[in-house]
Amino acid sequence: MTAVQSPPSQSLDAEIPVGRVRELSPGRELVTYVAVGVIFGIVLVKSEVVSWYRIQEMFRFQSFHMYGILGSAMLTALVSVQILRRLGLSSLTGERISVPPKVLGHGYRYWIGGLIFGAGWALTGACPGPLFALVGSGASVFIIVAVAALAGTWMYGYLRPRLPH
Amino acid sequence: MVLSWIRSPWPWYVSGPLIGLFVPLLLLLGNKQLGMTGALRATCAAIAPSDIDFFRYDWRRSGGWNIALAAGILVGAILAVAMLGGGTTPAISIHTRDAIAALGLASPSGLVPAQLFSWGALLTIRGALVILGGGFLVGFGSSYAGGCTSGHGVMGLATLQFASMIALIGIFAGGLLMTFIVFPLLF
Repeated sequence: MTAVQSPPSQSLDAEIPVGRVRELSPGRELVTYVAVGVIFGIVLVKSEVVSWYRIQEMFRFQSFHMYGILGSAMLTALVSVQILRRLGLSSLTGERISVPPKVLGHGYRYWIGGLIFGAGWALTGACPGPLFALVGSGASVFIIVAVAALAGTWMYGYLRPRLPH
Repeated sequence: MVLSWIRSPWPWYVSGPLIGLFVPLLLLLGNKQLGMTGALRATCAAIAPSDIDFFRYDWRRSGGWNIALAAGILVGAILAVAMLGGGTTPAISIHTRDAIAALGLASPSGLVPAQLFSWGALLTIRGALVILGGGFLVGFGSSYAGGCTSGHGVMGLATLQFASMIALIGIFAGGLLMTFIVFPLLF
């Protein structure tokens, strides 16, 4: 991963020189992230964020459940990132930990893409992570939802040069 | 005791912080940013790059971890249902139950309504619209926006990215339009 030129407020520890990057072998990378995914999948199912019913409840403002989860997840992540930044840590692979800022540009892609994704989220009750969790939970028809999501991703790639960003 | 607690549904104040901890975990493991949209892009790049610029990149190197994460999520969900009491019907608000009944759907059972998400439903016009159309919107929209609930909602907001704030407002507006404008027409 290349070092991203970014304003100091966005980069976590820009002043710390990059250490020697020790990339994981493909096999170890596979095992590591499958293991992280397993735990993530358990949390997604047990928290019920993969449930169509919970998503309906959220969009109808009828329960605090989803807001509590998203809010506390965001706060936990925010505090953790601040701690990582203060400690100036490197990742286990020796890369300096940095979060490249998202390029704002005109911002069209964020609100138009967001609108389209949000409509799909309300319809299927699933965002990309939960798609895979739902297949595992036994709702096997979500394989087709996932294939349709791949088709949507492909179509975006195809139309990308002609879309406003 | 502990096991029976784990097997019951987790309250938001347990689930939320646990989800949030995946952000520092992924940063520490390999400087990766939490997000799932990259798994869709990498899978397209792997199976049908079709000479499209968006898919011409080293997906093994920059997206392989994301595909591994998605595969892990699938396995984790199997374990959650088989061993940890996952997959039970969420105790949703009575008002949502009423709204779902008003749409003509059966009272909640399991994680998703079988009337919309089953192989039989795929053969109905409404089911096919929800399954194929909904999936398409999820893939197209999240790739267009450059992130989904995890990438923009958790990772983006936690790093105070203005772009993610715009995306999240868009996501929410899209969900509200679908729920309050399109659902009444579709059902």
